[in-house]
Amino acid sequence: MENTDELKIERFSKSNIKKVLMDRAILFVLLLLIVIIAIINPKILSFRVLRDVLMQSSTKIMIALGMMLVILIGGVDLGAGRLVGMAAVVSASLLQNSDYIRRFYPNMGPLPIFLPILIAIIIGALWGIINGIVVAKFQVPAFIATLGSMLIIYGVNSIYFNLPPNNSQPIGGLRPDFTNLGSGSIGPIPIILMFAIVCTIFMWVLLNKTVFGKNIYAVGGNKEAAMVSGINITLTILGLFIVCDSLIALGGVLEAARTGGATNNYGVGYELDAIAACVVGGVSVTGGVGKVSGVVTGVLIFTFINYGLTFVGVNPYWQNIIKGLIIVAAVTFDIQKYVQKK
Amino acid sequence: MDYILEMQNVTKTFPGVKALDNVTLKVRPGTVHALMGENGAGKSTLMKCLFGLYNMDQGQIIYNGKEVQVNDAKEALSLGISMIHQELHTNPHRSVMENVWLGRYPRIGGPKSPFVDDKKMYKDTDKLLKSLGLTMKPTDLLRNLSVSRAQSVEIAKAVSYNSKLIIMDEPSSSLTETEVAHLFGIINNLVAKGVSIIYISHKMEEILKISDDVTIMRDGQYVGTWEAKDLTTNMIIKKMVGRDLTNRFPARNPQIAGELLKVENFNSPNPLSFKDVNFTLRKGEILGIGGLVGAQRTEVMEAIYGLRVHDKGKLYLRGEEIQIKKPRDAMNKGFALLTEERRKTGIFPLLSVRDNLLIANMKNYKKSGLLSDEQMNIDTEEQIKSLSIKTPTSRTLIQTLSGGNQQKVLFARWLLTHPDILILDEPTRGIDVGAKYEIYVLMKDIAEQGKGVIMISSEMPELIGMTDRILVMSEGRVAGIVDSKTTSQEEIMILATKFVG
Repeated sequence: MENTDELKIERFSKSNIKKVLMDRAILFVLLLLIVIIAIINPKILSFRVLRDVLMQSSTKIMIALGMMLVILIGGVDLGAGRLVGMAAVVSASLLQNSDYIRRFYPNMGPLPIFLPILIAIIIGALWGIINGIVVAKFQVPAFIATLGSMLIIYGVNSIYFNLPPNNSQPIGGLRPDFTNLGSGSIGPIPIILMFAIVCTIFMWVLLNKTVFGKNIYAVGGNKEAAMVSGINITLTILGLFIVCDSLIALGGVLEAARTGGATNNYGVGYELDAIAACVVGGVSVTGGVGKVSGVVTGVLIFTFINYGLTFVGVNPYWQNIIKGLIIVAAVTFDIQKYVQKK
Repeated sequence: MDYILEMQNVTKTFPGVKALDNVTLKVRPGTVHALMGENGAGKSTLMKCLFGLYNMDQGQIIYNGKEVQVNDAKEALSLGISMIHQELHTNPHRSVMENVWLGRYPRIGGPKSPFVDDKKMYKDTDKLLKSLGLTMKPTDLLRNLSVSRAQSVEIAKAVSYNSKLIIMDEPSSSLTETEVAHLFGIINNLVAKGVSIIYISHKMEEILKISDDVTIMRDGQYVGTWEAKDLTTNMIIKKMVGRDLTNRFPARNPQIAGELLKVENFNSPNPLSFKDVNFTLRKGEILGIGGLVGAQRTEVMEAIYGLRVHDKGKLYLRGEEIQIKKPRDAMNKGFALLTEERRKTGIFPLLSVRDNLLIANMKNYKKSGLLSDEQMNIDTEEQIKSLSIKTPTSRTLIQTLSGGNQQKVLFARWLLTHPDILILDEPTRGIDVGAKYEIYVLMKDIAEQGKGVIMISSEMPELIGMTDRILVMSEGRVAGIVDSKTTSQEEIMILATKFVG
């Protein structure tokens, strides 16, 4: 029994508490921010707000989980936001009410709902293959490869969006069975949240229980070692981009369903929110370290703060400044963990 | 079967260099076979051919009685050949078991299943570690293990492949004597089970102790194979260098004068690091720093040099107290520090030999705000010549030079700053006998100019052979300071373990 007592003392010793505080510093700062917001306007702690935050977070969780895979190998997917836009436009253009006046395809009969969603996800997977080949096979840094695909995706999507008779008009009049996916609920639980939960479970299993997932951590942590151990690095990177961009495309589809429309500018900047959420959630930008739970927490906190700042009436320009500070602080704290204390 | 492995007439050319010329290597089953030669002799190239990382131009590999083609690491591993690289190939952020089974995790429900069987992996790893007498847990993260324990994980990994032949490329270069003893224990255990080991090292004493056979290479050519019991250190050196090297250390004539540096009560704010360190360094003296890895020797030197903080303690230079807060302060006071990890904190691999030479001294080449090429080239050529650095041109990238020549460039870098106190952290680690001797001569010359040299070393013969006094550290404290002329390896080892445990 003496031993366990000693262990307890050890665990709660001063330096240990300091270490825990330091490791989770950014979380404490953000929780503090939430407390401040709640003090300014206690109405924010209502069921309706919570539901709103969860629904807004849902698509962001999918995008951030996709982004996490690329960050795990030390890269980023800058094309994520534009891919959200493309998936939103494509799925919305195929799922308009038959009696809507400005239809994208005026003469097209109604499609089964899963088909346009599947098409959008396949488009995402195709971009994943392209990104994956450029990064894995041609060894272009992910940052540059996806910077290119970001521009190309936007260009392609804008050409599609500008096709007659649509001519760059916002796509509206979406079918109720489609918008229901974004705004409806089964019982008290929003459908879109269920999608997010399923994606989260999927990603947790993928990363923690499959060979592919372990290989992603291996490639991110030490590429050389992975190579020497006979891991197919090209296939691993290709695979993770396919999963990443498919998830992002699903996020785009649900974003269209949630907001009831789409334009070619949908999703702009979402990649930055996703990177921020990952970083706040403890995914290391140097690769090899990161947990699904961290990413989900990161998204929830970030969305809540976003919502809360607007709720208490903070000027939008200041909101940007605050978000920027959070991101830099998060990485600063993260890096300190790995910097040898000298 | 006489041999587990026969490599015959292996030739490998790189553009402009014949790296291997008709080399032969024959390894008997269940033996430790040392592969020796100076840096650049072709040992690593030969091993990379065997391991499928390079393709041979000519030659054949007969393994287990059959001729084999090895095209990549995976094929080598499936044949039962594994390699423990000089630089550890581990993933610091993952657990021991994931590192061991990397690339072939056990799966739930058959080899095609996508799901990893964590429980089986834990059990198998636990069994494996226990069979090797290793005490870490399968779930320990690699980044929390010491270098030597991380290395044992690599050995465990090699064993887990059921390897019949394990190549170890300088496995002891970052280990202390006790850790080396532990490594040898593991090796003997493996050999008893019929495994053969190809052991690459520069440490003669080790080679003679552990190996059964010795193959020596020189300049990409095969010199010969002998039984270790028929060899002596001097014979090996002679065969490696191709000439007589009568003494391993240059004769010194120390002229020791008054106190140059005094370190008083140095303490680290980290309770696990160094404490109460006191010593003096005299003009013209070479002071050795001995101790086990983890004795905080590097940390003390880095604190003196301003790379680390210390909370108490004072520094006196020629009797006057000085403050060093950052390396620039130290350099201004005449300190120079040649760091331990050449690749990590020494060379700039993608810069030229010239830029690597001058980088600590650039401000001296400014002419009306711009750098003057002329003076830079003159100094570079002079240093290349006086230290006989083997490089095609001064514009060659330093990463293409051998380890010994890289080290000489770094030495020259600090000589150009004209230091009064030169701190050397493992200056001869991983470099060959010839280059070692040249570095010893440089140390001797500097000391004879009345300057002070501090050398951290884990190699006992070098510590005793090159220094005037040896300060031995143990668990962050000074265990004693001994006279190099009268001390022995045993005395140093006793001091090094004084505060352990």
